[in-house]
Amino acid sequence: MNAAAWNRAFARAWLVLGYAFLYVPIVALVVYSFNDSPVANLWRGFTLKWYVALASDQELLAGLALSLQVALSTACAAIVLGTLAAFAMTRYRRFFGSTLFAGMIAAPLVMPEVIIGLSLLLMLVSLQRATEAAFGFGFPERGMLTIWLGHLLLGMAYATVVVRARLQTLNPQLEEAAMDLGARPWQVFWLVTLPMIGQALLSAFLLTFTLSLDDVVLSAFLSGPGATTMPLVIFSRARLGLNPSVNAVATIIIAIVAVGVVVASFIMARGERRRAEDIAAANRALTESTP
Amino acid sequence: MSAEAFLQIRHLVKEFEGHPAVDNVSIDIAKGEVFALLGSSGCGKTTLLRMLAGFETPTSGSVVLDGRNLAGLPPYERPMNMMFQSYALFPHLTVADNIAFGLRRDGMPAAEIGVRVEAMLKLVQLGGYAKRKPHQLSGGQQQRVALARSLAKKPQLLLLDEPLGALDRKLREETQIELANIVHDVGVTCVMVTHDQEEAMTMASRIAVMSAGRFLQVGAPAEIYETPSSRFVADFIGNVNLMEGSVVEDEAGHVVVDCGDCKHWIGHGITGTLGMKVTVALRPEKIRIGREPPADGSGAAPPAPFNRVRGKVKDLAYFGSFTVYHLLLAGGRVLKVSQSNSERGGGTALTWNDEAWASWAPLSPVVLTQ
Amino acid sequence: MKRPAGLAWLRGRSAVIGVPYAWLLVFFLLPFLVVAKISVSEMETTTISDIVTWKDGAIAFNVKFGNYLLLLSDDLYFKTYVSSLKYAAVTTLLCLVIGYPFAYFMARTRRTVQPALLMLVMLPFWTSFLLRVYAWKALLTEHGLIADAIEAVGFDRLLAAAGLIPGPGQLMNTPFSLVLGMTYTYLPFMILPLYSNLAKMDLRLLEAASDLGATAWTAFWTVTVPLSRAGIIAGTMLVFIPCVGEYVIPELLGGPQTQMIGRTLWDEFFSNNDWPMACSVAVAMILLVIVPIAVFSRYQAEATERAT
Repeated sequence: MNAAAWNRAFARAWLVLGYAFLYVPIVALVVYSFNDSPVANLWRGFTLKWYVALASDQELLAGLALSLQVALSTACAAIVLGTLAAFAMTRYRRFFGSTLFAGMIAAPLVMPEVIIGLSLLLMLVSLQRATEAAFGFGFPERGMLTIWLGHLLLGMAYATVVVRARLQTLNPQLEEAAMDLGARPWQVFWLVTLPMIGQALLSAFLLTFTLSLDDVVLSAFLSGPGATTMPLVIFSRARLGLNPSVNAVATIIIAIVAVGVVVASFIMARGERRRAEDIAAANRALTESTP
Repeated sequence: MSAEAFLQIRHLVKEFEGHPAVDNVSIDIAKGEVFALLGSSGCGKTTLLRMLAGFETPTSGSVVLDGRNLAGLPPYERPMNMMFQSYALFPHLTVADNIAFGLRRDGMPAAEIGVRVEAMLKLVQLGGYAKRKPHQLSGGQQQRVALARSLAKKPQLLLLDEPLGALDRKLREETQIELANIVHDVGVTCVMVTHDQEEAMTMASRIAVMSAGRFLQVGAPAEIYETPSSRFVADFIGNVNLMEGSVVEDEAGHVVVDCGDCKHWIGHGITGTLGMKVTVALRPEKIRIGREPPADGSGAAPPAPFNRVRGKVKDLAYFGSFTVYHLLLAGGRVLKVSQSNSERGGGTALTWNDEAWASWAPLSPVVLTQ
Repeated sequence: MKRPAGLAWLRGRSAVIGVPYAWLLVFFLLPFLVVAKISVSEMETTTISDIVTWKDGAIAFNVKFGNYLLLLSDDLYFKTYVSSLKYAAVTTLLCLVIGYPFAYFMARTRRTVQPALLMLVMLPFWTSFLLRVYAWKALLTEHGLIADAIEAVGFDRLLAAAGLIPGPGQLMNTPFSLVLGMTYTYLPFMILPLYSNLAKMDLRLLEAASDLGATAWTAFWTVTVPLSRAGIIAGTMLVFIPCVGEYVIPELLGGPQTQMIGRTLWDEFFSNNDWPMACSVAVAMILLVIVPIAVFSRYQAEATERAT
């Protein structure tokens, strides 16, 4: 084989091995979820009993319900805060304290969650004690609200990145044109900017939703009695050892995500194809007649 | 400058970090005029336009439109509309919705909007394209939608930012005249910004040549071209031969300028003194070139040695409809001469290293003092 | 873009900047001050009154640095910080070594295939990371699929010899399983910024290099790698910094040999209920990562400048 063929083979092998590495655990989870064995490692036969057990697993289902609520509210709030922050950073570039602002927006993306969790919790506890002393009742109680606050902090950082990336590619003359034609700033945002960043908002929503659904550390620090999220349930079980019911949950989640991602890519690809066809049709029309 | 001019700009200044992008500009523009701001990039023309539109706040100075001072008015409250260089068509709206955008912001009733949009589409010859989206249109079509959108509200002032900049050459020539006709038919007062001289000269009734934030010369296209007021303007517009010299004869009806190898006999007087250092600007197309020296005593042509010179063809560029010759003169100067190829296969066509005579009429050169 | 400074416009701008700014100050910055305060107090109260008091007409500070002294003097804490940095560095290096070629080859496949490849990388990222880490637990425990495979080729003897596992056959709860788990989890975080950077590279630059006499290998090192510097920095930061403070992966896949600072903080807080100590650990961790975070933030800002 010549050099080019070697290179191609090498590239292909690296990609295949890399994807294998990424997917081995996922495949394992799916396979073992059908394993009729209490010890998840030895294959004994095909069964659906773990899935059936899920339906009556109160602890897990309650955790799921809570996680969904938190994730939904986190995602909604995150895209609002994230869009505001993204605007602040792209449209009003230099304002008082913009470096600090940029730092605070970027930091949650990389800062270890134990630090964020601990610090946020302690601040909320102190707030609770202060309000207790001043008003007689402590606010906020540790529970769903505090978990939501923590997830929102993280989600906002991610949402800002996504929305900002989109805003940067927007032609600023579009908003100027809207203003020139008589639209007030609020109308400009609603009628022109928002439709154009719509897809980015959806991405940010889904990203934040997933992050919140999956979060362990922040939830652990910020939860209270009765507010156990699904990841916390799974984590406590996982710490104790291998647990087949976890495999079943995992497979369901994987299935949902896989279907979602495939459908989303399909829709996007179809949109791209239709666009390309429109442009090709316009070009054909152009060559056939005078502009 | 009449006190009732439609658009009055007075001492307009815009500074960015202490540096003036627009430096004390004043001009009166009449109603229905098409006024072009011409200059290379960085001269301040776009900043000036944006100040008219309301996207930049002047550091000082005033803009008065139809008697109304525009200071402090945001863009959405100004009675003018702009056509952007990138067209800035809203990609998520159809052509009709794009044009109707401004009308809807004004609260116009839907039925009226429909009528106006139809009229606008007809004006730019895009009837039937109402339902298309911008990405389904060609560049020329997008430009016409942008124009229709900016005229839909019947603004008092139309601002054009490099209107033909995004089009390719062939399309640009066709569109230039079309655009000029539409603007003229609608009768709207128009201020346009461009770096393309052709665009400015074909479309505008008056041109302001700008450099470093100032107006260097304001006048009709012919005026700017034929009687530039400075070396910069002469050099900026079209091609020109610039020759330094001094005034050796100064009479009421003519002057003679000695530029060394060329001696100009110019058929009009100038305000100046004998011995004054001046620059003579001579456009290439005003020079005749041929193998024979010009005939003496033929009408208004002054006798030798004025307005003629001999040289060798150092270079030539054939453009199809005309040819440009670079004539090397004895003193080392290169004279640019442009001659239209009005006859096919002219037997006396000059080629490299031929000896030739260049001559010009007495009113062809222009004397510049700055 | 400037607009006339009407009152309504100013109000709008202040709100757009002010709301997220205030939110971040209260919920992100303020907590750090709280943590700093608690770390130097005796009890876990958060009022300032126990640190700063008024005594005999002068301000008296009652700051207890005992926790910090303990951190610095106690071998255990120091070793834990160092090992955290070590594991994070090794993980980052592995992610770079595996991820860079991966991203590079992804970016060089046909344009039409790339979105699908990207989607395949994103898919694990979207599925719960907790579950995937848990899956490695199953795969590496005795009789697990990967455990069997490793033992079959004798790779475990190599690992034991290198000190990465205590003995052949004991793959779980070892440095090996920890680094494997962390590399696995953070690999997409390295691949994505690298891919996004490499995919945007102008291939004609490589053509120009080749035209000027460079071999493919030379062109790679002198053109491609320097141009992908931004992606490398981003990926490195996105892997290294969170790895330093990781908790879940060391807890599930690590063992007594692999103490990491995230676990220490957790244990101090949840098991020992020693808030001031936990806070000191946190402050020290923040100081460790503050410089990389600042680098990351600068990089993000520069990326914005370049894009606009």
